[in-house]
Amino acid sequence: MVEAMRKLRADAESYQGWWSWLTTVDHKRIGVMYGVTAFSFFLLGGVEALLIRLQLSTSNGQVLDPDAYNRLFTMHGTTMIFLVVMPLSAAFFNLLIPLLIGARDVAFPRLNAFSFWVFLAGGLFMNASFFTGGIFQGKLGAPDAGWFGYAPLSLVSTGQGIDFWAFGLLILGIASMAAGFNFIVTIFNMRAPGMTLLRMPVFVWMTLVTSFLIIFAMPIITVALFELLFDRLYGANFFNMAAGGKPLLWQHMFWLFGHPEVYILILPAMGIVSEVLPTFSRKPLFGYQFVIFSGLAIAFMSWGVWAHHMYTTGLGTIANSAFAVSTMLIAVPTGIKIFSWIATLWGGSINLKTPLYFSVGFISMFVIGGLTGVMHTVVPSDYQQQDTYFVVAHFHQVLFGGAMFGLFAGIYYWFPKFTGRLLHEGWGKLHFWLMFIGFNLTFQPMMILGLLGMPRRIYSYGSGTGWDFLNMLATAGAFLIGLSILVFMINVVVSLRRKERAGADPWDGRTLEWSLPSPVPPYNFAEIPTVRARDDFWHQKYAEDEEGRPVPIVAGGAYQAEEEEGEEEAETGHGIHMPSPSFWPLIAAIGLPIMAAGFIYQESANLLPMIAIGAVITIVGIYGWALEPASE
Amino acid sequence: MSHAPAALETTATGIDNRKLLMWLFLASETLLFGSLIAAYLLYRGQSVVGPYPEELFDIPFTSVSAFVLLMSSVTMVLALAAIQRGDQRGLRIWLFTTALLGMLFISGQAFEFTEFNREGLSLSSNLFGTTFFVLTGFHGAHVTVGVLVLLSLLVMALRGRLTRSQSMNVELVGLYWHFVDVVWIAIFTLVYLIQP
Repeated sequence: MVEAMRKLRADAESYQGWWSWLTTVDHKRIGVMYGVTAFSFFLLGGVEALLIRLQLSTSNGQVLDPDAYNRLFTMHGTTMIFLVVMPLSAAFFNLLIPLLIGARDVAFPRLNAFSFWVFLAGGLFMNASFFTGGIFQGKLGAPDAGWFGYAPLSLVSTGQGIDFWAFGLLILGIASMAAGFNFIVTIFNMRAPGMTLLRMPVFVWMTLVTSFLIIFAMPIITVALFELLFDRLYGANFFNMAAGGKPLLWQHMFWLFGHPEVYILILPAMGIVSEVLPTFSRKPLFGYQFVIFSGLAIAFMSWGVWAHHMYTTGLGTIANSAFAVSTMLIAVPTGIKIFSWIATLWGGSINLKTPLYFSVGFISMFVIGGLTGVMHTVVPSDYQQQDTYFVVAHFHQVLFGGAMFGLFAGIYYWFPKFTGRLLHEGWGKLHFWLMFIGFNLTFQPMMILGLLGMPRRIYSYGSGTGWDFLNMLATAGAFLIGLSILVFMINVVVSLRRKERAGADPWDGRTLEWSLPSPVPPYNFAEIPTVRARDDFWHQKYAEDEEGRPVPIVAGGAYQAEEEEGEEEAETGHGIHMPSPSFWPLIAAIGLPIMAAGFIYQESANLLPMIAIGAVITIVGIYGWALEPASE
Repeated sequence: MSHAPAALETTATGIDNRKLLMWLFLASETLLFGSLIAAYLLYRGQSVVGPYPEELFDIPFTSVSAFVLLMSSVTMVLALAAIQRGDQRGLRIWLFTTALLGMLFISGQAFEFTEFNREGLSLSSNLFGTTFFVLTGFHGAHVTVGVLVLLSLLVMALRGRLTRSQSMNVELVGLYWHFVDVVWIAIFTLVYLIQP
């Protein structure tokens, strides 16, 4: 037994075998696990979307019954937000932040592993709800009150779906907050010498801002979810109107979390695009400080706009007007970013590769999403659009057309850095065009449908409404998106089998990660770099002529000599101390869903022991973690 | 604080990683308690049936228990001062006293909850019961976690595994402990002392 344990540990340290993945604390491996898991959930959420679209493709659709439809659209929204866009962003945080700031790992490697395992546990727990309604009798058991879970609907919903949803979100919240703390500390404290705050790549800045939003927004939804659970499980009265409770409190708390959440979803993609555009325009980002301060401004203002989700709840003219103004104002920093991106492209020597396709796709689609958002700020106009497909089209325009396009740009851009192989350009461009056309075919008809008055969250519509054709278009578009994702998956498989290696710097990049070999070694930097400028790696490669055009520095220049010197030092210098692998974060994470299940079922099947078992597992995990040395 | 120079070498800001993490965690916790307190204030005086707070609150009793918790912050500071000057005996005494005062506070809360419950207040009885038990319950859970961590530190200290070079452990627990105290000052003032 001891021998076996020792072997497993040796495996983990020599970086191979399944045990090494379960116990890894390497930010790159955790990033890969985040990415693969989130992509799997993306496929699941995509299938849910396609089922919804099949049901709505014609009037009086017969694919889904109303009950299944409610559960599927709830799970589609919840999955795409909490199990896809957030963790995909987290995958990029993990993969890139230490590399971009010149560090060997994050500040708390084991906490980072804990974040991932808790995310996985929460995602699986959430989806386990499908099986609670008697799946073998053909009944789905998932939550059915929408991703926003409005009270009192979420109170009267029967079955355990909502309980799984609420506990699932609580568990996912722990994962997000742990990651948020970790990345703030990493960014503040782990920067290489010379990496001042205003030399940090924009993606690092956006990660910092997003992490702050996460640690301040998550506690609010945590309290709201606890209140909901106390009401549902223990008969508390938070949202119980009979006892004087106010269901509107839920909406306030949900959107006070929910609107910062919108920026939690989009800011990382904005950061990615701000890295891709300069590289493929061979120009520095236009208005670096403006882009950063716009990001900060968006984050601050995102706390004062939540009630624009609630114009129709009767808050009164003054409240509505105030929130209309603040919401219009938030479009200003967003606009500054868009102009900065366009100005970055302007006059650059454009290298038209797939990452740039997706970035430009991001900008154009995000502009439409942003402008329809400004339309919603106008209160009378919003009264008309509330609960119609116009809103559905709007937020898909920002979250798919925006966030997902940005994230795909990032995948194409950084894939070679972590796999050592470029994604195939031909398949990549096919993927882009299918997704771009499919996306517009899906959501532009929805804009019109919304203005024609088609309400959202209905499982069917009559044949006399005149909505058939546009809905059929949208369904066709959705399947085209599905096809594009298939093309992407083929691309990944084909590209990973290519013999051709990408090399350290396939895009002529600007930031520190491109100075490292691909794939990046476990310790990242043999020698911690000293940073002398923004886009430091670019300045090591290029000087400028009198007109500001980049001129390559010939090999053997100052940089080269320095590098050789550095390598010598690394060879003769002290060994690199990396954190040891640990299985305690995994154990601490396993206890959480067990506890949650115990709470949900304790009424029907006295499961107090189950709560205790879950708690003991988590506590043992935490103590084991606290008492083991972080590195040997 | 004698180990601050070591931290300076390793982090870009000079602030210890774990200390920064603790401050961020506490900042995040203010939103948690802020939301709970907001819910309490929103529903204050809105219960449609009794029992009402003015019938139940025993201000002198709760003042004593608030005083106990406040004093535990003093002993916490003494524990930190002890380990920083390498006084192991003082460390053990003050860690033990802090944990004891924490447990005394929790016992007071348990007594209060039982008493209120006997007089008809429960999580489901009315809005007051709902918001009161959830708010003070969350706070009590925080104190309980703090007591468990203090006892863990005490065990480490008794086994000689909490030396002067690890004073950061005590400092971090201290930050958490003071925060939980500050939250109680807010709750005690807003819930008990200021009646509508």
